[in-house]
Formats: sequence, C-alpha cells, structure tokens
Amino acid sequence: MAVLTEILRNAAPVEAHQPWPRAVVDVAAWKTAANRLADGALTLAGLWGEANAVHMALIEPATGDIGVISLDCEECRYPSVSRYHPPALRLERAIRDLFGLHPDGLPDDRPWLDHGRWGVRAPLGGRVAEPVTNPPAYDFLPVEGESLHQIPVGPVHAGIIEPGHFRFTANGETVVRLEERLGYVHKGIESLMAGAGLEHAAQLAGRTSGDSTVAYAYAFARASEAATGIGAPPRAVWLRALMAELERLANHLGDIGAICNDASFALMHAHCGVLRERVLRAADGCFGHRLMRDRIVPGGVAVDLDAEGRAAIRALVAEVRLRFPPLVELYDNTASLKDRTVATGILTPALANQYGAGGYVGRASGRAVDARRSPGYAPYDTLEFEVPVLAEGDVDARVWIRIREVEQSLGLVEQILTQLPEGPLRVDVPQRAGEGMAIVEGFRGDVLVWLRLGEDGGVARCHLRDPSWFQWPLLEAVIEGNIVADFPLCNKSFNCSYSGHDL
Amino acid sequence: MRKHLLESLYKGPLTEPAPQPDESALQELAAALNRAARRRLGRSLSIREVDAGSCNGCELEINALGNAFYDLERFGLRFVASPRHADVLLVTGPVTANMREALERTWNATPDPKWVVAVGDCAFDGGCFAGSYAVTGGVSQVVPVDLHIGGCPPSPTELLKGLLALLECASA
Repeated sequence: MAVLTEILRNAAPVEAHQPWPRAVVDVAAWKTAANRLADGALTLAGLWGEANAVHMALIEPATGDIGVISLDCEECRYPSVSRYHPPALRLERAIRDLFGLHPDGLPDDRPWLDHGRWGVRAPLGGRVAEPVTNPPAYDFLPVEGESLHQIPVGPVHAGIIEPGHFRFTANGETVVRLEERLGYVHKGIESLMAGAGLEHAAQLAGRTSGDSTVAYAYAFARASEAATGIGAPPRAVWLRALMAELERLANHLGDIGAICNDASFALMHAHCGVLRERVLRAADGCFGHRLMRDRIVPGGVAVDLDAEGRAAIRALVAEVRLRFPPLVELYDNTASLKDRTVATGILTPALANQYGAGGYVGRASGRAVDARRSPGYAPYDTLEFEVPVLAEGDVDARVWIRIREVEQSLGLVEQILTQLPEGPLRVDVPQRAGEGMAIVEGFRGDVLVWLRLGEDGGVARCHLRDPSWFQWPLLEAVIEGNIVADFPLCNKSFNCSYSGHDL
Repeated sequence: MRKHLLESLYKGPLTEPAPQPDESALQELAAALNRAARRRLGRSLSIREVDAGSCNGCELEINALGNAFYDLERFGLRFVASPRHADVLLVTGPVTANMREALERTWNATPDPKWVVAVGDCAFDGGCFAGSYAVTGGVSQVVPVDLHIGGCPPSPTELLKGLLALLECASA
C-alpha cells in the first residue's frame, strides 16, 4: 500500500480539509513519517505550527499523493523531524521561534527568525510571552583549520537586493563553507493574518514576496476557495493563469540578464531588461498594475481583459519571440560568459531530491516537478506545455531552464488568449468555516498556502510556504569548492526570496 | 555580439524623455535642503539603497530605473555600493525589528550632508504590516526622512519624479 495512504489510514481524519486529506496522528506515526521522509519515500512540502500543534504537508513522489498530518503537542514538545530529515531543520527552528514548540532531538537549537529584537518570545504561541532582554550574539558555526579566513557579508548588501547575512569561510579564493543567516525581513505576516478578513489577508499574501505577488495571491485565493467549497468562474481561472505566465516571463527575463550581469556581461542584462520592462508595461496596460498586485482575489479576479489588452499581449508575445532567440544565441555563443556559468555551483540531483527543491533549482538538477502538472490545476490541465529538465545542476543549467520556460510561457500565453472563455469574473466567497490548501507554481517554484477559516469567514490561521525554504540551504552546499567571486553568480542563479522565507 | 552592438548604433535609443519633477515632492524638499549642501554636491547624487524589510516589490522597480527606458544615470543619479559613498539613502520596507540596527548603522555611516528617501507605502507608516510585533512602523520611526515616494510599489516613473525633485532642490 502507498506510504502516505497507510499513514493517513491509521489516523483521525479532519473532515473540513480540502482538497487533500488531513489527519491527526500519534507520536509513533509522526516518527514513521519522518523516517519515510529520510528514506525518500515521501517529500516534505511544508512544516508549520500553531499554538499547540504541528502540521506537516507530505507528497509521495511515486503516486503523486498529497496529505497533511497533524500532531498535538503535549507540554509544547514534539519529536523533531529534522533529526531524521535535515530539510526540516530551519522550519523547526522557525516553529520554535514563533510558537514556542520544542522539537525533541533538534540537531541545531539556535534561533532562526528570532534575532532577539521583537520584545517578546514565541509571539504566535498564544501563551504569556516572556519579554526579551539583552539578546545573546548569534553563534556562527565554529571553524577550525589552517589558512582559513572569514568574510562576513550583509545584511545590507552592495547591490539593490534584499537583506541577509552570509558568512563565508575561505581558503585563499576557495569557499570551504558558507553559512547563511536569514530572518532580517521577518514582518510577522502570519500573525497579521490571524483574525484578518479575507480581503485584507489576500493583500497580505500578495505582499509575502513581491516578485511572486501573482503566485501568492493565486495560491491564497485557491486555498480560500477550497476551504469554502466554491470555484472561481471559468474566465477568472484563465485570467489567473495568464497573469501567472506574465509574472513568470518577467522574472525569468530579468533573471537571465541579471545572472549574465553577475559575470560582468552587461549586454545581456541591458537587452533582457528591455524585454522584462515590455512585459511589465503590457501587464500595466492590461491589468492596471505592473506587477499585477491585488488582481487575483478570493472568488475570482478583480479586473477583466478587454480587446485592447488582448492585442497588447499578442504584440508583446510577438516582440519577445522576435528579440529573445538572438539573445539566447548570444548567451550560447559567448565562450567567456559560458566559462563562468558552466560547471559552476553544481547541485547534485540527490541533494535536490532530498530537499524536494522546486522550480528551476530542482529542474536543473534532474527533478521533473512542476505544480502546474502535479498536483495540477485548471486551466493547465487543458493546456499544452513541456516541463524542461536538465541533469547538470550548474549555473548554466539554471539559465537554460529559465530560457526554455520563457519559450513555454509564450506558448501558454498564446493558448490562453485563444481559448479564454467569456463570463463573470468573480463570485462571492461564502462566510463559512473550513480548511483549504493550495499549491501553485510560481516562477521560483511551488508556493504552498494552508488556510483555516473561522465561522465568521475570517482567517483563523494561515501558513505561507515559499519555495525558498528548500532552496536556501542548497545554496550553502553548491558554493563549496567554488571561488568567492562566483558566489554572486550562484546566488543569482538560485534567486531565492528573502521576504518569502522570512515572512 | 557585433550584430547586437551594431544594431544599437543605427536604431534610436529606447530612453524616454524625463518626467517633470513631482510638485508636492518639490515643496516637501524645499524645507529640507540648505544652500550650503547644494553648493557642495552640484547636480549629482549618489544613492545607497537599503531594504529594511520590504517584500522586494520596491527593489524590482528601483532596479528597473537602470534599464534602457529610464536610464537613471543620465541625470547624474547613481547607485553606490557603500553608504560611505552615498548622499542619499533610499529606504524601502516597514523597517522590521530585525533590520532596525542595520538601518541605523547604515545611516550613521553615511557622511553629511545626507538625505533619506522612504520608498513605498509600508515605508511611510508600516502600511499593511503596521501593528505587527516584528515591525517598527515606517522609516521615520528610525531615521529622519526628507522625502516619501508612495506606491505599492511606486512605478519607476514615480520614483524618477521623486528623485528628480530631490536633484532640483539639491542643485538649485
């Protein structure tokens, strides 16, 4: 019998959870799941807490089954998952910081999101929070050995990027260890969500990671619709996919240029920047916002696409189809550039699989995963597209995955424009209690939203899991043995979200 | 590569005419600037961007200022890698508790005369993140702000209007 089915069969099912099952398990089953994660039979899709319980979203790669298991925590403790399965480590450290739930056997008990600056401990724990005085300095991992030096970078970086701290230990030019410290942009989004009305909560979701504002609004809307048992009208379903593909196009075009720019190849950056700008202008013209923020709402979409907008997007696709191939050729034929990207920052397929890495990070290392395919959602089930996969796992492969995805997205946009059904844009979301989960493929990978609505239709608890949670730790691994000067290249080829991760 | 370079020689530039500086921003700034500072700086400003907890939406649009359409550097405005080289701190985000010290230290590292431009709705008063245990609620809670450019995020044109207003005042 399938692993996930077996675990769920022996547990107490929760009725109101849609569209995948959730069940409350005992400690033994929780540990079984952790062990099955460790042996690769299951993939970790999310791990989050609430005042007295922990939840774990699991995917079984062999069957495509998805499920959530929950464990009630006695005396604020539960068995650590990361003790068996390292990808859970930062999630468990975050749960401890936010909810005050202690994972027994946690291999690394340093705080993660909590830098001792909030004035309280465990702000989401629902217990009387103890005030914080004089936070101790963060203990970076000790380093021993001859001829090693350390390079601390951040949180304020040299470029126009988000804040985070990187502690490099190098031997000459070669990085022997990178240690990340994140949490600087923690805004407490999940605490603001609790008790918020659906509309406000959707806005917060759309501000979790600005570059994925469509993907987050999309996932949140789908989770709220699952929780209340409704479906968005067909035209809205298609318009959502159109916005999602435009967001993917804009980000991939920007990234391809920016990666080349980090190898000092400014020409690609300039040309890709022009194409990215054209996508954003088309989005602005059609939907009234360059990043299409707050355009996807629970129950449907907030704006329609008129004939003029349709023509503008068609013109955009024609323009990119004309301008992009020569740039791809330029990338492929510039030996000095390829010299920097090929065989740099290699992520092994084994590690990508262990961490369940999504997006171009996973697909450049042999993982044929795409949430639009599996679990899949409308309208992608009726659209034709390929999921490009490479095995090399280097910076070059992550560039090529993006290039291929630009081409696929152009095709998807054309199909959507041709098949876009007529009809209403939005239905009312009923005030109803329930639980819903959604997984949506953003440009960076799979965004997971788990939502519990109260009787008043407001948010009781919402968890937003960025794909970066399972990509950031891998960046530490790929930089090992590379030179310090290649870190910007590796980092940009991952382009993890700080804000999406820090919440 | 030669083909791409040649093409850009005979094709017209994509760069668009400059927008008018924002009127209200001009008024706001007139009070904040003094003549001595204007004389010392001339018509040029170096900008250090600090993300103090934004969702990264503002960073996307600030980055767009460098593309061929807006070409920020033609106005003498440029982004620098260190606060020690900066005249202006361009600060985004509601200022998270975890970024507060980093922002203060960046401000202290910036030599006088200096200006702070807060970018985005949440940089004004915390925006939709106001009230959280993890945010201080706006840039002005932490460092003095000379100009605020609203929007979620402001478009590159809006950013350009605000920065040009700053430039007009700084060099008047």
